[in-house]
Amino acid sequence: MKSTIQIPRQIDFGYRNRTIRTQRAVALRFSARSIAINSILAVVAVTVAVMSLGIGDYPLTTAQVVQSLFGQGDDFHRLIVTEWRLPIAIAAILFGALLGIGGAIFQSLTRNPLGSPDVIGFDAGSYTAVVLTILVVGANQYWYIAAAALVGGLLTAIVVYLLSYRGGVQGFRLIIVGIGVSAMLGSINAYLITRAEITDAMSVGFWAAGSLSRVGWHSLVPVIIGGLIVFIGVTMLAPALRQLELGDDAALAQGVNASVARPLLLILGVATTALVTAAAGPIGFVALSAPQLARRLTRTPGVTVAASAFMGAALLSLAQLLSLVIAQVYRPVPVGLITVSLGGLYLIWLLIRETRRSI
Amino acid sequence: MTRVDTHPLATANTAELTVPTSRLWTVNATIGYDKRVINENLSVSIPDESFTVIVGPNACGKSTLLRGLSRLLKPGSGRVVLDGQDIHSYKAKEVARKLGLLPQTSLAPDGIRVADLVARGRYPYQKLIRQWTPDDEQAVSTAMAATGIHELSDRLVDELSGGQRQRVWVAMALAQQTEILLLDEPTTFLDLTHQIELMELFTDLHLAGHTLVAVLHDLNQAARYATHLVAMKDGGVVAEGPPAEVLTSDLVEQVFGLRCLVVPDPVAGTPQVVPLGRDRHRNKETPIKEGGTE
Repeated sequence: MKSTIQIPRQIDFGYRNRTIRTQRAVALRFSARSIAINSILAVVAVTVAVMSLGIGDYPLTTAQVVQSLFGQGDDFHRLIVTEWRLPIAIAAILFGALLGIGGAIFQSLTRNPLGSPDVIGFDAGSYTAVVLTILVVGANQYWYIAAAALVGGLLTAIVVYLLSYRGGVQGFRLIIVGIGVSAMLGSINAYLITRAEITDAMSVGFWAAGSLSRVGWHSLVPVIIGGLIVFIGVTMLAPALRQLELGDDAALAQGVNASVARPLLLILGVATTALVTAAAGPIGFVALSAPQLARRLTRTPGVTVAASAFMGAALLSLAQLLSLVIAQVYRPVPVGLITVSLGGLYLIWLLIRETRRSI
Repeated sequence: MTRVDTHPLATANTAELTVPTSRLWTVNATIGYDKRVINENLSVSIPDESFTVIVGPNACGKSTLLRGLSRLLKPGSGRVVLDGQDIHSYKAKEVARKLGLLPQTSLAPDGIRVADLVARGRYPYQKLIRQWTPDDEQAVSTAMAATGIHELSDRLVDELSGGQRQRVWVAMALAQQTEILLLDEPTTFLDLTHQIELMELFTDLHLAGHTLVAVLHDLNQAARYATHLVAMKDGGVVAEGPPAEVLTSDLVEQVFGLRCLVVPDPVAGTPQVVPLGRDRHRNKETPIKEGGTE
């Protein structure tokens, strides 16, 4: 462009922002509000997780917990904290972050706040595959369940995607098809359980409630590794995801390789739920609510992957703390039931709001 | 910015290059959706630094041609050539630094503000941890100044009028800093005042050195603002050249099936199409020679 008139002026973005630049490598701009909110959420998640280390049938004081974390104090306390409770606390943060990321990916791709993996049937697909694995194949070990959850989730994603494909996938159709497929899978699950031996049905039932209490280092380590791969992949693809929100034509015109980026993002999104579902069973509504709550707090345009991850981690840590407290005063309630009952309220509110808006 | 100093075609494979004054052209391109062919065997070239306007009736394939030129559609056979190479042989971001597109419809993310949306146009220049360099800042600022939306930079895009919003989308495409800019029916949803405002803006950009290619519905606007007119019908090019030479009543009748007079635009002197319609609207006192160009 043969430059003409303009003397560039300071740009008013309409909110406070910080630019970080070094000589060569780094040049980034953040909204000041996003940095503040994400930091607060991170602090909340970690604080709540540390608090949860003290709660259980054998209560520990905060001082005892902190001592144990630094490898000091009573041997028995150290065993309780680092071997039994720490994997669960880390799982609450990690799984919450993964669910938040999965929700952000799908809500962004479908351009719809309802388009999260738990609503559009990928959870149900993972669940069916696990039920089949436990009841029909008779395999109960972590790796079988993990593989089944991943394959089931991916297959459901492909089926939902193909059923809603009409020369491109439109967000709303994907959601409706997903809800339908999800309902069908639910009936298959119910049928399988009625046909099962009572002990098998019990073991499926425990798994289906979605609980972190059975998470140990052995089942956490694979999720940490898988989670790292997801984090790296999502970081690489987040800019393309952001451009895809502008519509396919605009994104392609700006050099987004949509035919590569979109399937990769779909796989990463399914992987987030599959990893969590395999280790803890289905934990609903974190993926649905975290991105939207984060967006309202940070006031960013569209949903953002990072804020959704922080929000998901904070939400699931809080839900897990609540689950532990309820176990002390009443009886054990799996964290999956807590997220579903709180998330259900959120979903009703969201549906009412969306319906009002579209009329 | 990629400014090519020596003409890239001078050193390219000249046997294939029929029109050496163009960076963007099609060779026997057949473009369509899936199996539905819209344009068959089309050879069009966009003159450098021109304001090329493509006109034609609905479903004549003009938008399809533009989508082919912007590599949103891949030709089934033949090629679209940019700077001497098949446009599909470049990396996606590389094309995006040479050629920009204002699509017919774009979606603004919920709650986005003007400056943030314009900044999205910097995507082809950005790396993972290098997303807001002084160059980016300057390009966004310049694009907003060129489209007259600097004062709106902190506003929510949802709150803007249709004309303002279209300017924001133009600014986003400008922030891409491409010399070639393709515009797919940029004025369709605007009222007349904003249509003219936008066409004047495009003329400013054209005079500033951009090569513009637009699909337009309004023949009179096309005639006034274009330097190069391409008339299409049934997926093929019927005529092309400067509007003053190309736009005749015969052509309009042939392409649109509309009987009309072509008279000089009283303001710009460019050809103006006046439909004849049926007899009842004729002004009896000034009889008109049919088919004449006055």
